[in-house]
Formats: sequence, structure tokens, C-alpha cells
Amino acid sequence: MKKQITISVNGEKHTLEVEPRELLVHVIREKLRLTGTHIGCDTTSCGACTVLLNGKSIKSCTVLAIQADGKEVSTVEGLATAEGLHPLQEGFKENHGLHCGFCTPGMLMRAVELLEHNDNPTEEEIRWGIAGNLCRCTGYNNIVKAIQYASAKMRGEETPSTEPEFV
Amino acid sequence: MGHSLKRKEDARFIQGKGHYVDDIQLPGMLHMDIVRSPYAYAKIKSINAEEALKIPGVIAVVTGKDLEKYNLHWMPTLMSDTQMVLPTDTVMYQAQEVAAVIATDRYAARDGKEAVMVEYEPMKPVIDPYKSLDPDAPVLRTDKEGKKDNHIWHWEVGDKEATEKLFNEAEVVVKEQMHIPRIHVSSIETCGCVADYDKINNHLTMYMTTQAPHAIRTVIALVAGHVGLTEEKVRVVSPDIGGGFGGKVPVYPGYVIAIAVSFLVGKPVKWVEDRSENLQADSFARDYHITAEMAGTKDGKILGTRFKILADHGYTDAAANPSKFPTGMFSIGTGSYDYQTTFMEADAVYTNKPPGGVAYRCSFRVTEAVHAIERITDRFALEIGKDPAQLRMENFIKKEDFPWKSPTGWEYDSGDYHAGLKKAMEVVGYDELRKEQAEKRKRGELMGIGISTFTEIVGAGPSKDFDILGIKMFDSAEIRVHPTGKAIARFGTKSQGQGHETTYAQIIAEELGIPAEHIQVEEGDTDTAPYGLGTYASRSTPTAGAAAAVAARKLRDKARKIAAYLLEVSEDDLEWEPGKFFVKGAPEKSKTIQEIVFAAYTNHPQGMEAGFEATHYYDPPNLTFPSGAYICVVDVDKDTGEIKVRRFVAIDDCGNIINPMIVQGQVHGGLTQGIAPAMYEELVYDEDGNILNGTFMDYLVPTAVESPSWETGHTVTPSPHHPIGAKGVGESPTVGAPPAIANAIVDALAPYGITHLDIPITPYKVWKALREKGAN
Amino acid sequence: MIPATFDYAAPASLEEAFSLLEQHGDEAKILAGGHSLIPMMKLRFASPEFLIDINNIPGLAHIKEEDGYLKIGALAREADLEHSELIRSKYPIFMDATKLIADPQVRNMGTVGGNIAHGDAANDHPAVMMALRAEVVISSAEGQRTVPIDEFFYGFYMTAVQPNEILTEIRIPVPGAGTGNAYHKMERKVGDYATAGVAVQLTLDGDGVCTYAGIGLTNVNPVPLRAARSEEVLVGHKLDEERIELAGQYASEDCNPSTDLRGDEEYKRAMVKVLTKRMINKAIERAKS
Ligand SMILES: Cc1cc2nc3c(=O)[nH]c(=O)nc-3n(C[C@H](O)[C@H](O)[C@H](O)COP(=O)(O)OP(=O)(O)OC[C@H]3O[C@@H](n4cnc5c(N)ncnc54)[C@H](O)[C@@H]3O)c2cc1C
Ligand code: FES
Ligand code: FES
Repeated sequence: MKKQITISVNGEKHTLEVEPRELLVHVIREKLRLTGTHIGCDTTSCGACTVLLNGKSIKSCTVLAIQADGKEVSTVEGLATAEGLHPLQEGFKENHGLHCGFCTPGMLMRAVELLEHNDNPTEEEIRWGIAGNLCRCTGYNNIVKAIQYASAKMRGEETPSTEPEFV
Repeated sequence: MGHSLKRKEDARFIQGKGHYVDDIQLPGMLHMDIVRSPYAYAKIKSINAEEALKIPGVIAVVTGKDLEKYNLHWMPTLMSDTQMVLPTDTVMYQAQEVAAVIATDRYAARDGKEAVMVEYEPMKPVIDPYKSLDPDAPVLRTDKEGKKDNHIWHWEVGDKEATEKLFNEAEVVVKEQMHIPRIHVSSIETCGCVADYDKINNHLTMYMTTQAPHAIRTVIALVAGHVGLTEEKVRVVSPDIGGGFGGKVPVYPGYVIAIAVSFLVGKPVKWVEDRSENLQADSFARDYHITAEMAGTKDGKILGTRFKILADHGYTDAAANPSKFPTGMFSIGTGSYDYQTTFMEADAVYTNKPPGGVAYRCSFRVTEAVHAIERITDRFALEIGKDPAQLRMENFIKKEDFPWKSPTGWEYDSGDYHAGLKKAMEVVGYDELRKEQAEKRKRGELMGIGISTFTEIVGAGPSKDFDILGIKMFDSAEIRVHPTGKAIARFGTKSQGQGHETTYAQIIAEELGIPAEHIQVEEGDTDTAPYGLGTYASRSTPTAGAAAAVAARKLRDKARKIAAYLLEVSEDDLEWEPGKFFVKGAPEKSKTIQEIVFAAYTNHPQGMEAGFEATHYYDPPNLTFPSGAYICVVDVDKDTGEIKVRRFVAIDDCGNIINPMIVQGQVHGGLTQGIAPAMYEELVYDEDGNILNGTFMDYLVPTAVESPSWETGHTVTPSPHHPIGAKGVGESPTVGAPPAIANAIVDALAPYGITHLDIPITPYKVWKALREKGAN
Repeated sequence: MIPATFDYAAPASLEEAFSLLEQHGDEAKILAGGHSLIPMMKLRFASPEFLIDINNIPGLAHIKEEDGYLKIGALAREADLEHSELIRSKYPIFMDATKLIADPQVRNMGTVGGNIAHGDAANDHPAVMMALRAEVVISSAEGQRTVPIDEFFYGFYMTAVQPNEILTEIRIPVPGAGTGNAYHKMERKVGDYATAGVAVQLTLDGDGVCTYAGIGLTNVNPVPLRAARSEEVLVGHKLDEERIELAGQYASEDCNPSTDLRGDEEYKRAMVKVLTKRMINKAIERAKS
């Protein structure tokens, strides 16, 4: 019962045979070997699998690959460009927004869309904006800082200090 | 040192190039899924794999009977108890492994799992640990010859008689019954492995999510040596790990089954558990029922404590404690206070729950101990009507009294508790908050301020006392400097996000003067890294970090010799500044470390060993004793019970700080893992042993919305015995935060006569408590 | 977690979808946002043999006012509500509700239609729709019918939508002047299903007399519940504290919550009372502004 689908991933077209039940996350990870997108739960709760589908952040563990037929998927692997890191990637690195890194790709992809809707979010808006992404390591403070850093940079403003406020 | 160097490891993680276990795909790799028991206690009458084997792609269904043929159906736990790999006749907890389905892909394996038919005969389980010792309770471990009850062990420390006398005579005695709930580490990456057995060379490569690869290799050799997998035939590789927190220390049955299957079929086998399996079957943490008592004077002098523990270990004691310490470091529970009378005892029991007792971001049961002492200290303050900050200040061990001998036998290395609490009170604005609270109380509004001033005990540990399965708890570093002055350093520990690649490089940079960016750090491959006991219990900096410093100093000694040779002066005429040796009084005559290293390969003194390498196995002389002062402010909605954590100030003292950014990051993360059990998380079982919240839908890991904006700071009291004066910090916040939060909430409710609530303190629990007191 | 095998089609028109429904009958399930259905299939609580993905059918994603109704097409997503100017400016109750539904990624997929069609009293839109007296437009090869929200929910996962039918639109009467509405649910953490949730819409005339009251309750009854007695005590009166108290009281008595990890029956009833009062007050405030 396999069906043929064509998806564009990070700008590259792929035509694949899939079973209708195949989850997008498995196709991305195992067929396209883009393993930056992770799996952290089985109840659509953790957001580690977040990618963009036609520009919208979604949890790829709860979308069938066949639903992405004809659509564009963006993953963490496509975030940096020839010019360098995406401001969010830079923000996470500069502000220690990650420890083990397992949640990071999902956080980044979610934050991409967050900043698209709101180019200068408050701390509160950021916290609600990443409410679908669990991080067990960082305590979120520095993820918030990382996103604020990126938003400043993307607005062309001076980025806030990255020194820890560790009095 | 003291520099917030950005992390070297981040480049790969932010670009999706981390390499975790589930990212490994080997040619011909098979997938394993596990059939699990729906019952907490049942006889297995039959396992029928017929339908499963008909599914295309399913190649085998493995049961306990199959493993029994190779004597692989049981394995030892870290506490020298025994645990089933797969059962041959009885299941002991819900979600226990019953059979393994092996297939050519993930999907077929899952279909196979659904199709395996198992017939059970359910039995009445033992769930309540207090009932497990009833004379009529069924004896669970019938596999143990002569076992007549469900008691595992008894432990005690302190002076029972003196404590009894003190409590009989004391002016004030307070007592609370507390449960430190059964919780789960819930690292966002679950556990898994790829077992790759090469039949031709009789060699096993085991890629797995482990915090302690060397210890695991030894365990594998102990369990499977009899089938030919002796230690030199086993390589354990721990790739990037998506969070560990103690949950990736034990050996889980899934790993062993994967090895057995790979061994039998000669192909790589991948097993990665689902989140539900992870929550329901992997080692839990905590689950101590504690009766805590404190005795003191009316004017607030703490005179003694007494703790009685009932430890629910599930069906086997698979805790991860050093052998001599069945309750881990619980005996740190006398706390930061200056008194000498205590008695602590514990009994551990079997129940029909998953095994465990891992040190979840905690130096072996310190969290339980700190909760008990910090809660009961607040209870004492409440009883005598004294401000809890004041009471603590009056009872702290004084800075000048360190090293300080605790009544349970520890020697606290250093501390300045007064400074920490003072700082925390200043940052939070304590006096103002107390005024605001008084105003609010008049208006019937509920606001609470909670303090926790804890002493941690980390860095296990000195080999005279500390071992796991007999292996001493030293740790190791090996530094190799290449001719061009760049280095690779390898360690027996294993980072799961703590930033070892950066901090270890910083330690070596500090000692040797080679820039941190030129030092590559490697861990996790037993074929290359020196032997060590791994990363947990905040032990990496105290042990491997110290090993790095000592190994680097060995190299500096060698460098001095080479420099003296090159500069044609005596060693005593040389002085060191980071990066070079120069001649005293003639600083222009110098040799950089790079020049010296090059000479070690090209022009070394006759008679000296060539090369520039050093290894050190560091055996700490004592543990280190970090401390902290935490203050939490909450507002409680009387009508709904909802709790808002308004402020949380954490002042930590972890001695000298290598990288403030990383230390602060560890504190943030630990604090969120502290609010988790304080307000959200607990594994809940019904009376039949069914888990009621075995997924992330109901096991409530805090998001960025629940997690407050943490305010952090530090004081510095170096460890006198650690080579660089560092103490370790990873778990202080997890340990210190829950009592601060609980104390704050109870403080908010105190006007209604509420003196204690068990964590997690949920709106529902608060509302119920207020209801009982007629408050809403 | 992996769903069992099924077959799949993504028709490009309603007609095609109807004929697929005809063909596959009970074995088929409509796939809208998939964020209730796919999680259940992954856990194998549901194993439909055929999925009819309606996402390629044009003309179902609208959010607009027309003929005196706010019309929400079956494929309008939660995120579409959040970002709709119309909703932001005129229907604050939807902003209240969507913020508390799951999380941003789920809201990018989940549809309002699916939220109702799922027939789960734990979902948030049923209560909101009850407060707003929505009507549900259901289509089939035979044509269209309109079902008032009160008659839509049959039981656990059972609604008025028959196996050969598709929910195509939700219609909400455009509220008149002096109307205010609000929704809140208590949740154990963000994105959780409600411990208890209450939706209220009120219309007040120039004298402050309540001329319309709609109150819906989330997750405190086997099926989504309209708190009819509470509405009755409000309509025709000025809303003083006593009436509001009574409305809260009735709502807490008329629901039928079950005890679970979120709380016992007593707690949930009490929360219904508190929330009902709070949402009435919030709706009054909004009606006045
Ligand atoms: C982690 C998580 C948290 C969540 N939290 C919440 C929450 O707090 N509150 C809340 O309200 N919801 C919550 N949800 C559910 C979410 O809002 C769903 O998206 C919603 O319930 C269903 O909408 P859907 O479009 O995804 O429907 P689907 O999953 O596609 O469908 C659901 C059911 O409705 C049927 N159906 C759908 N559309 C139609 C139609 N047009 N005609 C006929 N039948 C149809 C389907 O056949 C299926 O039986 C949560 C979901 C997840 C995964
Ligand atoms: S794996 Fe997709 S949400 Fe957890
Ligand atoms: S960095 Fe480890 S889960 Fe977020």
C-alpha cells in the first residue's frame, strides 16, 4: 500500500515511497538521514521533533509523511546559510541556551516561527511561545535570553549582553 | 578560570549534528520492541508468538525461557540484588519486560509487539510499602532462597540512646511525616542502544545511553563473560547523551536483551524505548517515607534530630548507591546546623513497582535528606514563632569551625553559611517581603516566603569508603599534547550536557597555558578513554576535573625540566606564568609551552622519556561540601489553590568556579528540576499497581511557563583539599529548591494552622488542606 | 509509537470525499488537523482502516462574518483564530481559549472543526460554542443540515456527525451591542486538558439588565455541558453579586465531574463555581467596555 510522495526538505526535492502510516519524523530521520530532528515522547508533548511545514512549526511525530506531500519542510539542518549561523543558533550558543542539545533543534525551529509572528516578543510571550517544547536541562532562562538576543539581532539592533547575571 | 568561555560542543548541537544513539544506523541493523506486562504481579501462563511471527519483517520473539538457556535471564543490580532480564514465570510490576520482538524495521517490530499473545494469571500485588511488612503480605521474592518477608535491609547511624534521651527531655519537639515522592528523571532523550556483535572477531560494540561506560563494560563482562564476552572483547561507546541525571546509570533489561540477540544472530540490534516505557519501567528516583523530628529550646537552639525512613525500592533494589551506603549520603541530613545529637534509621522494602532508586541529579539520597532537615527546621521555627531566617542564622555552623565533624561522621571541608543566607536575603529583599506579607495577611491574602539553606555532599568519592560493585570511585584524565602544542584529553567521565568539553579544556588551559580552543576533550569510548566511574552525583569536577589538574601539573613538571634543558639553567631558576617558563630576573629568556612540547618530541634531554603525555587517576582525599541559600516567594489563590512562584533567589557556593556561565546554567536547570517534584511531578500508582500517569500527558514536566525566571548568584568558599578548590554544582539546585518552595507554600498557609504538605504541592492539595481548615 | 496500517486518500473536493465515505463506511475516518486522531492511532486506541484527509479540499478554511453569523470553516486552525484580526478585535473569548489549548505547534495543525467533531468533553471549544449558541453545519452527498450545538454532542466521542457526513462549518450568531464573553480553564500545566473550564457570554442592555446568557463547561461532565440553570438566573436581571453567586452555585451542582489525578469531584465542582463567577465578572467587564 505504499504511496509516492514528493517533499521538499530544506529546499531539496525528494521523491519517496512511503506507507501512509509513516510519521514525518521517521521519514526525515531515517529515510532522509537528517537526524537533527529528535523524538522525545509518544504523546505530542515534548516538541523535540518540531520542524516547519510550509513555514509553520509543527510536531513531526504527529504528522504523517504523506500529509507533507507537495509541501516544504524545513529542519534544523537547513537553518544556517552560507553566510553563517542563523541569529537564533548564534543566540543559543552565545547565551548558553543548551546543555545536552537534545531539545535544541526543536526549540530553534519553534523559535523561528515565533519571531516571524512577533519580532520583539516579551519574556512572557517567549515563554508561552515555547510552551510546546520541553527542556529538561536548561531551566529555560537562557533559552529566553537566546531568543531575545536573536530577535534584537534580526531587528538590526544591538544584542543584549551575554554575560551571565550571576551576582 | 572564572571565565565564561562559550561552549565548544554547541556548534554541532545547534546545527543538528549531535550524534545520539537513535541516530546510529548500521548496515543490516535489526530493531527491537518490547512486550510489557499490563499487570503489576502475575504468573505468565503462556506466551504465544505465532501471529507475531507471521508479520512480514518480524524475525524472532525472545522470551525469558530463551535467555534461560544461556543463563542470561537474570542480572545483578548495582546494589548486588538481582533483576530479571526477561521473566520465565512471574512479572513483578506493570510495564515489566515480558518478551522482545526482533524485526527488520521499527514498524514491523511494533506490529509484532501488538500481536504477541500473553496469558497471565494476575495476583494480588503489594503496592503500599507500609503494608509490605505485614505478616500476611505475600512474599514477593520467592526466587530468593529462604526469603520470608519483603524486607531488604536495615540501616542506621547516630546515637540512638542519646537521641531518645534528648527528645524525652527537650523543651520543644516537632515532628512531621513526609513523603518524598517517586519521580522520574525524564531526560528528553529516552534510553536506548545499538548492540553490534561481530561473530567473526568475537567482539561486541555497544553503543548506549550510559553515564558510566567503563562500569557498564565491566558489568557486561561479569554478566556475559561465561558466553565468551570477556572484557577485552567489549567496547562500550556512549555517544552524545540527551540528558542523564542519574537515569542512565543503571543497566536496563533492554540493553541486555539487545546484546543477547545481537550475539545470537550476529547482526546489530537497535533498541530505543518510547517515552511511556521510559517513565513506566526505567529506574525511578526518591520514594522515601520519612518521619522527621527536631528537638530544641524555646528560644530557638537546635539540639537534635531524628529521622526514620521507609524506602520503597520496587521489586528489586536497583538503586545506584556506593556499596557501603544503602541510603546513599542520607546521613548529610543533619544539615548546616551546629548540633551533635542525631539518630537516623532506614528500612527498605520490596513492592510490586518498578525497581530503581537512582541518584536523580543528586549525590545519592541527599535530596531526601535535605528536604527532611529543611522542612523540619521550618516547622521548628513555626512552632516557637521565630523567623526561619533568624533561626537558621543562629544555628549555622560557623565559618571558623570548618573543617567540621558532623555527628554522622562526615568532615565538612569548608563553608560560609551566614554569608550565603545574608546575600540571598539582600537580593530578595527579605525584610520588605516580610512586611508585605504581614500586610497581606491582614487582608486575608496568602503570600509565603520559604528558605532552604542546605549542605550538599558530592564528589564520591575517596576509595577507602566508596565503590560501586567493588570498583573504587576514583576518576581519570589522560592528556596527550601533540608536537605542535595542541592537545587531546580523555576522561573516564561522560558529559550529558554539563559542558565537559569546555570546562575540562579550561582546567587544562589554566594549568598548562595551552589555549582551551586547542584542547580537544573526548569521553565515552572505553577503547580510548582511561577507566573511570562516569558522571553522576556531581562527581565530575571533584574527581575527573581534579585528575585533569593533577595530570596537567605532572606535565608542567616535565615542561620545567625541558625548559631548564633548553635554556641551560637549573630548574630552580625558572618561574612559571601561564603559557611559559622564564628565567628568574631575566623574563626575556623564556620558552613557551608550545616550544617546550615541540622539544619533547624533537630535542628532549638525554635520558628523559620522549613525548608529552600524562595520565592521572584521582582518588579524592575527602568529599566536597557545596552549600546554598535559596529563598522562594509565592502567592496562593485561596479559592482555587493555585500557586504562583513570584520570586526565586538561589545563592550557591560551589567553591572556585571554572566557568560561571556553565555553573549558572547548571543552577538554572537544577532549579527547574527542583520545582518539578515540588509542584508537578510524581509517579502515581493505584492499589492494583497500575501507573496512573505514565506519559508526558500526565507526568507533568514543567515548561517555560511553569518554570519561573530564576535569580541566581554565588559566594565562593574554596574546597581546601581539591586541587583547584572547586566543589561541584550540578545538583545543588535540585536538592535545595524543593524545600524552599514547600516552605514558602506552607508559610503562605500557616495562618490556617497548616504545618506541612507533601510535595508535589498542587493547587488541588492546597485547596483540600484549606478546605479542611475551613478556609474556603 | 506507531499507528497500525491504514490506507489513505486526500480528495480535492467535498463530493469526492463523500463518495469515499460512502465506499468505506464505518472503517473510514476524516483527518482534519489530526491532533486528536493521530495521537490515538499512535497509541493504537484507534485503528481506522482508511483515512480521508480533507486538507486538500478548498473553501473550508474561512473565518468571516456573513449574514449575521461568524462563520468558521471546518479547516480553520486554532492558529488562524489567534492571528485573525476579526477574532482579535471582536471575539476575545476565542483568544482566551486558544491560548490555553495545547501549544503553538498543535494549534498550527488542530482545527476548530476537529476540536468539536472529536466529541470530547475535555476539549475546550465545545464549551465555548455552547456559550455562543453556535450551530454546526454538517454536509453529505444528500446535502446540508444545521444542528444547534446543544444537540450536537451525543456521548463520549459521539456526535451528530454520521459516518457519511462531514462537518463543514460552524456558525456563531454575531453578538449584539453590550455583549461580553470570556473563557478560562484551570490546567495543571500549560497545554493540559482542563481540570475545569468555563465559557461565558453575556449581553447587557442599557440598564445593565442581562438579556442573554450562555454558559458552557469543560471537562466536568461526560458530554460538554451547558449550564442552563445558571443562565436562567442571570437572564432578565441586573447582575449583582448574589445572582452571580447563584449562577456559580447552580453550575457546580449541575455538572457531573469524575475524580482523577486533576482532583476529586468536590474540588472540580468548587472550581466550576469559582470559574463561573470569575468568567461572568470578566464578561460583564468586557460587555461594558
Ligand atoms: C499535546 C496535545 C494537547 C492538546 N491539548 C488540548 C487542549 O488543551 N484543549 C483542547 O481543546 N484540545 C487539545 N488538544 C486537541 C487538539 O486541539 C486537536 O487538534 C483537536 O481536538 C482536534 O482537532 P483536529 O483538527 O486535530 O482533529 P482530528 O484529529 O483530525 O480529528 C478528530 C476527530 O474528529 C473527526 N473530524 C475532524 N474533522 C472533521 C470534520 N470536518 N468532519 C467530520 N469529522 C471530523 C475525525 O475523524 C476524528 O475522529 C490537544 C492535542 C494534543 C496533541
Ligand atoms: S516527539 Fe514529537 S512532540 Fe515529542
Ligand atoms: S538542553 Fe537538554 S533537554 Fe534541553
